[in-house]
Amino acid sequence: MTNEMTNIVVEVLPRFEGYVYPNEASLHPLWGFLIVLYPYITGLVAGAFIMASLVRVFKVRALEPVYRLSLLTSFSFLLCATLPLLFHLGHPERCFEIMMTPHLTSPMAIFGFVYAWYLMAVLLLELWFDYRQDLVEWAKVTPGFKGIIYRAFTVGVTDESPPAVALDMKMGRILSVVGIPSAFLLHGYVGFIFGSIKANPWWGNGLTPIIFILSAIVSGIALCVFNYMVLTWIRRHTVDMRCLDTMAMFLFYALVVDAAVEGLDWLHRGFAAEEGFSVMQIMIREKLFYTLNLGQVTIGTLLPLLLLGPLQLLRRRVPELVRRRMIFSSAVMILIGVLAMRWNVVIGGQLFSKSLRGVMGYKLEFAGVEGWWLGVVLLSLPFIILTVLVKLFLSERLPSSGHIPQDSAAGEG
Amino acid sequence: MKTQYSRRGALSRLGGAIAGLLTLSAARTVKAAVQKVFVASGAPKDYDTTKHKWLMCIDVNKCIGCGLCVEACKKENGVPEGPYFRTWIERYVIPKPEPGSGQTRGETLVDSPNGGMHGFPPTPVPKDQIEHSFFVPKLCNLCEHSPCVQVCPVGATFDAPDGAVLIDPKYCIGCGFCIQACPYGCRFLSPVTKTAEKCTLCYHRITRGLKPACVEICPTQARIFGDLKNAGPDAPIRKFYENNRVSVLKPHLGTEPRLLYAGLDKEVR
Repeated sequence: MTNEMTNIVVEVLPRFEGYVYPNEASLHPLWGFLIVLYPYITGLVAGAFIMASLVRVFKVRALEPVYRLSLLTSFSFLLCATLPLLFHLGHPERCFEIMMTPHLTSPMAIFGFVYAWYLMAVLLLELWFDYRQDLVEWAKVTPGFKGIIYRAFTVGVTDESPPAVALDMKMGRILSVVGIPSAFLLHGYVGFIFGSIKANPWWGNGLTPIIFILSAIVSGIALCVFNYMVLTWIRRHTVDMRCLDTMAMFLFYALVVDAAVEGLDWLHRGFAAEEGFSVMQIMIREKLFYTLNLGQVTIGTLLPLLLLGPLQLLRRRVPELVRRRMIFSSAVMILIGVLAMRWNVVIGGQLFSKSLRGVMGYKLEFAGVEGWWLGVVLLSLPFIILTVLVKLFLSERLPSSGHIPQDSAAGEG
Repeated sequence: MKTQYSRRGALSRLGGAIAGLLTLSAARTVKAAVQKVFVASGAPKDYDTTKHKWLMCIDVNKCIGCGLCVEACKKENGVPEGPYFRTWIERYVIPKPEPGSGQTRGETLVDSPNGGMHGFPPTPVPKDQIEHSFFVPKLCNLCEHSPCVQVCPVGATFDAPDGAVLIDPKYCIGCGFCIQACPYGCRFLSPVTKTAEKCTLCYHRITRGLKPACVEICPTQARIFGDLKNAGPDAPIRKFYENNRVSVLKPHLGTEPRLLYAGLDKEVR
């Protein structure tokens, strides 16, 4: 009986089961893979910045080697953060209306300002104050085009007197302090874009922004671990283990908090079992089975917890090579897991009808604006920008955390 | 000659630049607001939005599911072919419970083939097994606190003072946020204009004293439309309000719809 009835719907609306509002079939899903990438990239920005601020604000000296790398990572991803949104608009040529004539009750409009604030007032300025003295030095000794770039970035401020350098330091610290709430605001606001949709029981939730912030911190630290290890491998340098272990420690604790809050969210949803809960169960059991249970929970949370947790207790007993591999694979798994989490939120929220009577399918296409090919391009772009920035602005010799490698220590002993 | 820099001069130049920027933004906001009321609506110049308050009511008991309203709407407003609807009809079939199941009713079946535009095929549930069967016309719920207006990043969609929720197609950036925010599935992204579209209550008609196309064509007067500010005691909308207890869709969301239904069942969402 149900099948016959369903068939009537299927004739008109392919890839649907049960009843969905007719308009929900028109462009499905409205927000595709690009909008999955948008919170992912923004989260990496915020997370990498928090990582950098650990050095500046919280004085975690062990992380000194990755301070500038984290800032550059954050910056290069921030430059690309709005691209997925822009590609997705029906009228991209009108995008500046968001800034020129914003509608102040809209989370999306406010995001434009939060983004601009973060890019212009926080990240660019902090990078500039941090680099100014170096830029002046480099401009003196570097010939050719590269020298011109360095000179241009000094913006003519070449004062290297101790008071000027002290002012740089002070401004950098102030900007870092301002930057932490700004990073929270940036990504919390992305979470709010989804959390504010009360029409959608999958999204409309007070915890959504908080979960977005926490998963952003986790993914940002994981990205810094990934970038740092890849960079040292490319440059054939040794990994500073004290720095890496400290990153792994912060990664682990951030992941514990993130997993706890996400678990709490699900506990609450299951316990309250409000109107849309039966549809959500179908999502978990069928529609999002692989990306949620395998991607987000197993690969993105449980396995990294199992790898990083014991490392916190038995760090000294695990050889450095094994530790490096464990931490690197945890970082990669977390990066995959958080991408899966963004997928589950964005795509998952559109796989059921707001009538709560039907579910829909989604097949990611290869080409086109919503295809995965453009997604891969957009996801590679920040890495390309980062490569250029690292070439220009990251010295071959990273600052040391004062760690003595295990092999040489053993040799000396 | 040496250029003279003074703090006052620098500050006044900076102030001038900031003021200029702020004025630019404000000017564009005003222009947009004017545009919204006069360009997008298609209303005649002498129409005063503050002197009307439109209300739509639907008597579910009267709808026969003929689909003429859907067709009329598509033609009147040039709604694109395919699964794009400003109004549509849902059919609810609630079978009798299986004997001894301890249930009040069987599992509800809902469908809306092609928005109900060409009527409905025979129900697959045999006639003697049906407990209730009815049609529910759907359209913009004319929310008092419309979530779609709240989330629009550029203010392209707005509440007109007369109660209609309208979109300025020259201004909409096509982000789809309003479509996500509408709890009732009443909006869609037009494949033609790449902007959001929805029921306007046939704004070009009602501002000239006509009824919306769907109301005009309904053969059973299941749709009742009127102006609360100008309705006399015998106006259909007043009579409907007097004779029925009304309900709205998804009241728990606090959107306060002004699309009122009489004769709804709990299964309708």
